[in-house]
Amino acid sequence: MLLSKLNKITLALVMTLFLGACATQQKVTVPSPSSGPTDDAYTGTETVKFLADGVPDRVFFATNKSDLTTAASATLAKQATYLKANPTLNVVLEGHADERGTREYNLALGERRATAAKNYLISNGIAANRIKVISYGKEKPANPASNALAWSQNRRAVTVKTN
Amino acid sequence: MKYNILKIFFLFFLITSKSFALVSVDITRGNLDPLPVAISNFYFDVNIDGNLKKTNIENKIPELIQNNLTRSGLFFALDKKSFIQKPEVAHNKPRFEDWSFIKAQVLVTGKISLEKDERLKVEFKLWDVVSATELSALAFYTTPDNWRRVGHLISDKIYERLTGEKGYFDTRIIYVAETGPKVNKKKRLAVMDQDGFGVKYLTLGNEIVLTPRFSPTNQLVTYMSYYKNLPRVYLLNIETGLQDLVGDFPGMTFAPRFSSDGKKIIMSFAQEGNSDIYTMDIKTRVVEKLTDHPSIDTSPSYSPDGTQIAFNSDRSGFQQIYIMKSDGTNVKRISFGDGLYGTPVWSPRGDLIAFTKLYRNKFYIGVMRSDGSGERLLTENYYQEAPSWAPNGRVLIFYRETASDTAGRGGGAKLLSIDLTGYNERLISTETDASDPSWSGLLSAK
Repeated sequence: MLLSKLNKITLALVMTLFLGACATQQKVTVPSPSSGPTDDAYTGTETVKFLADGVPDRVFFATNKSDLTTAASATLAKQATYLKANPTLNVVLEGHADERGTREYNLALGERRATAAKNYLISNGIAANRIKVISYGKEKPANPASNALAWSQNRRAVTVKTN
Repeated sequence: MKYNILKIFFLFFLITSKSFALVSVDITRGNLDPLPVAISNFYFDVNIDGNLKKTNIENKIPELIQNNLTRSGLFFALDKKSFIQKPEVAHNKPRFEDWSFIKAQVLVTGKISLEKDERLKVEFKLWDVVSATELSALAFYTTPDNWRRVGHLISDKIYERLTGEKGYFDTRIIYVAETGPKVNKKKRLAVMDQDGFGVKYLTLGNEIVLTPRFSPTNQLVTYMSYYKNLPRVYLLNIETGLQDLVGDFPGMTFAPRFSSDGKKIIMSFAQEGNSDIYTMDIKTRVVEKLTDHPSIDTSPSYSPDGTQIAFNSDRSGFQQIYIMKSDGTNVKRISFGDGLYGTPVWSPRGDLIAFTKLYRNKFYIGVMRSDGSGERLLTENYYQEAPSWAPNGRVLIFYRETASDTAGRGGGAKLLSIDLTGYNERLISTETDASDPSWSGLLSAK
C-alpha cells in the first residue's frame, strides 16, 4: 500500500520536474509522504467507550502499523492511572485489524497491536499478570462499513475488564 | 481426441502468456472452443425394480457428469433434446453418424444394473465420435444412495482420458459457513462435495472458527478455533468427529496447514507481539521452531516434496513472500512486484506458488514460480484471498467479499474457482456465505 503510494508520489515528482522543464509554471501539489497510510490512525471519538469517566477504552493504529501514536500513548497513560487506582481489576487487551488484509496476517497484526498496548501499561507500572492479550484479526469490526473511516476505527486495541 | 484437448491447452498458453507482465489481469473469458460432448442419459437394466427406478439416477448421474465437465470450462455439453439414439441403443452400439450430425466429438453412455448382492453396478462408456471408436469402458459398484460419488468418479475418468491429466471431481471442500451481521458473524465449519452438494456442518457456531485445511492424504482437517476464547489450532477427523489441540502453546496458534505427506502440521505461534513458524509431528507430537525473527512470520506452506516452505513475512517492512528450506535455513524473499503479498500456497505439482496480492486498494489472486519469476495475476476484485489448489494443480478455489454499505449490509463472502490460466471463473454456490475454502485430495486415491 505504502509502496504504491510512494510510486505515485515519485511519479508526481517526476511530473513536476517535467512540467517545470516545459516552463508552463503549473503548480503540482505533491502530497507529503507522511500524509499516507503511515499516519491514518483514527483520532475521533465515535465507537469509543469508557472504562471510567475520562478513560477511553481503545487506541487506534495506522494501516499495517502497531506502534502507538501520541494519542494512543495518552489514552493508555490514563488507563494505567485508572488500573493503578483499581488494583484488583484485571483486563484483556483485544487486538484488531481492518478488513483490507489477509486473514492470517491480520491475526498476527492484532496480536502485535494488543501487545504494544499491553507493554505500554506494563511500563507504566501495571503488573503483567493483570493483563491478557487476544487477537481477533479482522473478525470483529467495530464499524462494519467498507470505507476508510470504518477501517481506521477497526484498527484498534480495546481494553476490556475481565472482573 | 486427445489431440483436440491438447490444442485447447496450447491455446490457453498462447493467450495467457501475454498477461505475464505484472498487474495486467486478463479478464477475457469464454472465448475458446470447449470440446463438444454428448452425455446420453443412462438406462436401467431389466433387473432394476420399481423403488430404484423412482430414484431417477439414470438421468441424475449423467446430469452430474455434465455439470462437472461443463464447469471445468474444457467441455461443452450438447442439448439432450437433439439426441437421436435412445440411451440403451447408444450404449451398446452407437450410430456415430447420428452423433457427428449434432457436432458431438465425444459421447458418454451408461447402464445401471443390480448385482446379486444388491449392489448397484454403474457402467459407462466413452466414445470418440470422430474416429468411431470406444475410448474407455468401466464399471463402478456402489449402494444406490452413493450415486453422486459414482458420478464424480466417472467424471474424473472422462477428464483423465480426454486431457491426459488427473481429474479433481471426486473431492471435497472444507470451508467456513458465515451467517449473521458483519460485526458478530456466526462461523461454522462446513464440508461439501467440490460441486457444492452434500454440505455438512461440523461445528455449531458457538465460537469463531477460521482457516480449515484438508490433509492432502486423508480425512483429517486442521483449523483454528476460539473455543473457550483461546485461539488455538486443532486437528479434526471429519469421519469420526474426534478432535485434538495441536501442541501446547502459551498463546495464539494460527495459520495451520498440513505437510504434503500429511504427517506434520505447520503453523504460526504468536507471543509478545511476534509470530514465528512452528511444526508439529502429528504422531510423535514433537514441536519444532523454524523461524526466529522479530517480524510477523505466518501462512506457511510446504512444497509437495517437503524440502521447502513458502511463507508470509513482513521482515522487509511489508508483507512479502519468502521461501526457506524445511529446516528453517536459507530464507529468501521471492516476491518483488509492486504491492503487498500474502497467503502463499504451493501447487501440488510443485512448480507454482499461488498467492493473494494487495495493490492500489485491489486484491488479486495470482501465481508465480517458486523462484518468484513469472508472476501472473488471475483475478482482480475489491477483496479476495486464500487460494487453495485442486489436487491436479489446474484449478484454484478462493473466497471473495464485496464492499458493504455504511450499515454493514452486503459484502458477504462467496466461494469461487478459477482455472490456472485465469479463465473460467465460477461461483460455487453455497447455502450460506462462505470463506476460507480448502480442497481435499482425490478421495479415490485414499
